[in-house]
Amino acid sequence: MSPDYYLYLSAVLFTIGATGVLVRRNAIVVFMCIELMLNAVNLTLVTFARINGSLDGQIIAFFVMVVAAAEVVVGLAIIMSIFRSRRSASVDDANLLKY
Amino acid sequence: MSPAVSAATTSYVHASGVFNLTFLLVLIPAASAAVLFLSGRRSNAWGHLLGIAAPIASFVIGLVLFFALIGRDGGQSRQIDQFLYSWVPVGSFHANVSLLIDPLSSVFVLLITGVGSAIHVYSIGYMGHDPDRRRFFAEMNLFVAAMLLLVLADNYLLLYVGWEGVGLASYLLIGFWTYKPSAAVAAKKAFLVNRVGDLGLSFAVMLMFATFGTFTFTGVFNASPHAQSGTMTALGLLLLLAACGKSAQVPLQSWLLDAMEGPTPVSALIHAATMVTAGVYLIARSHPIYDVSVDARTAVEVVGAVTLVVGAIIGCAYDDIKKVLAASTMSQIGYMMLAVGLGPTAYAIGIMHLLTHGFFKANMFLGAGSVMHGMNDEVNMRRYGGLAKVMPVTFATFACGYLAIIGLPPFAGFFSKDKIIEAAFDKGGAEGWILGLIALLGAGITAFYMSRLMIMTFFGNRRWARDAHPHESPSVMTGPMILLAIGSVVAGFLLVLGASLQHFLTPSVGKSVEEGAHTIAPLVLTLITLVVVAGGVGAAWWLVWRKPVPVEQPLNVTQLTWAARRSLYGDAVNEAVFMRPGAYLTRALVFFDGRGVDGFVNGLAAVVGGSSARARRMQTGFARSYALGILGGALVLTAALLVVRTG
Repeated sequence: MSPDYYLYLSAVLFTIGATGVLVRRNAIVVFMCIELMLNAVNLTLVTFARINGSLDGQIIAFFVMVVAAAEVVVGLAIIMSIFRSRRSASVDDANLLKY
Repeated sequence: MSPAVSAATTSYVHASGVFNLTFLLVLIPAASAAVLFLSGRRSNAWGHLLGIAAPIASFVIGLVLFFALIGRDGGQSRQIDQFLYSWVPVGSFHANVSLLIDPLSSVFVLLITGVGSAIHVYSIGYMGHDPDRRRFFAEMNLFVAAMLLLVLADNYLLLYVGWEGVGLASYLLIGFWTYKPSAAVAAKKAFLVNRVGDLGLSFAVMLMFATFGTFTFTGVFNASPHAQSGTMTALGLLLLLAACGKSAQVPLQSWLLDAMEGPTPVSALIHAATMVTAGVYLIARSHPIYDVSVDARTAVEVVGAVTLVVGAIIGCAYDDIKKVLAASTMSQIGYMMLAVGLGPTAYAIGIMHLLTHGFFKANMFLGAGSVMHGMNDEVNMRRYGGLAKVMPVTFATFACGYLAIIGLPPFAGFFSKDKIIEAAFDKGGAEGWILGLIALLGAGITAFYMSRLMIMTFFGNRRWARDAHPHESPSVMTGPMILLAIGSVVAGFLLVLGASLQHFLTPSVGKSVEEGAHTIAPLVLTLITLVVVAGGVGAAWWLVWRKPVPVEQPLNVTQLTWAARRSLYGDAVNEAVFMRPGAYLTRALVFFDGRGVDGFVNGLAAVVGGSSARARRMQTGFARSYALGILGGALVLTAALLVVRTG
């Protein structure tokens, strides 16, 4: 099987994730879409590692997973505390930091 | 080099022996002023005693130096220079603080400290009830120190320091009664008008430095005969401007009348005897400059002649006794300017008139102060009358001054003023006749207004205010008046004795040209002058003595009187020439500053601020739009990379 298909899949996943980040309001969903984008990138990295026959891409993919896990912890905690104070998980409601 | 030029070469010898004390002349009053200023209320009890001790000490030193100077043989060795320290030593350039004691400065020292001491003593009585008497003496001492520095300086820069110092002291003392708005305004006016003159002196100093590379008297005077005549004329005119400001000459005369707001001893010392004569000193001192520039000398003559008439006419119209005396001072200084403008023949005569005037005018001011002291500070002569009987000492001393100023022989003014009229006629040609006739006319008007003042003050019916109880002043005031009255009587005679003053002053102001043919024989001219003076007195008798003086100022008077009551529109001229253009200039500068400079700076800030205000609208607070921005940026970057890679 040609490794190109993995790349097409990751491009589709990335596009879905990016679209979700841009159009959805629920912070949880936005968050999930970000994860989707990260994983799409991971898939790309691993695919290229395979194509090139080196382990660099796979190592970076592990890094990305670790960072994503840490980010989930922090991100979910922020979403939780915003929800507690505002009774809403909409990213549009949290717009205090503006001009 | 022609013989005339080599004869004018100036050089000073270094101080030795008793002349090393010269610096004490300035230091003592300056130190006294500092003590009085700094010690505050603690010295209220003894401040005035220190205040009079300082000028008296200077006077004693001045006398010692004067006799030491006479003791030397004539010629160059009578010009002694004491180097104190180098004020601004920069490379080869040195601005030195060094004092010059020579015949000219020594007679000035004696005048300043002698008349000054008498007036200081008088002030103890006159300012006796003033809570600020200590400050008064501090400022008077400051004045004496600055004035001595002015006449003792051996270079124009140091002279300028003294020049500004007396201006400051004059300002402080005119506005001494700070609670009187009129005094504050008068002080400000005097200061500002003087600034116009000071501008002339500062430009003159700069021009000297640019032309000769030095501003010491020796350097400038020795280089003068070889300099371009245009430069020398400019220099002479700038110095004349300075002299006009300080000496209240037309067109900068108007401040002197207002300066009478100050206490009377101030008027006597600063605005009659000493400071206002600084202009005459300046011109006499700078005679080598005027010797080479006939045009500048003519300008001095014209200023003097115009002022002597203008001052005399103003003096006829005022009812304020001090303002009449002030106008008279203007007029008499006009005589001095005329004399020093006449050139080598008359420098010494101008200085002689300055000295006699210092005596008799200070005497009359003190007399006026004594009258005011007895009349509840009334200055309106229409409220006087018949004071001769009540204040006999004041009357007698004032009469000595009066006889001196109208020039009755053998009083002091006769010897000096007559000589000036004579010198003016001897100038020869149309110029001589015009100047001589003006001086003669001035003598007649002087006789008129002084007689008017005498009659209105000391004779006639008593027109006193109801609460006035005139009385003779205490002896601490009459004593100095008597001293100065004696001076008014004998000074002229002593100075003219064997032409002693003229010979004495020769090293300083150049040798008088031997008397040539007279236009009018001196004896005849003296008789003519006396007839004119008698005419003036007679006119006063006819107009003022015969009928009672009205208490209110009459309104149906001639145009000339109206003009004279407004000091011949001196203020209007000032306003038109200096104040209005000055105001327009400042307004234009403010406009340029506000709209031009500030406009640019503020405009730049407004542009930055406005564009930032628009730019920050992009910070919407919506995470989605930021995400879109990031995505867009990433796309652009990727596209750019692709273009670079493949293109």
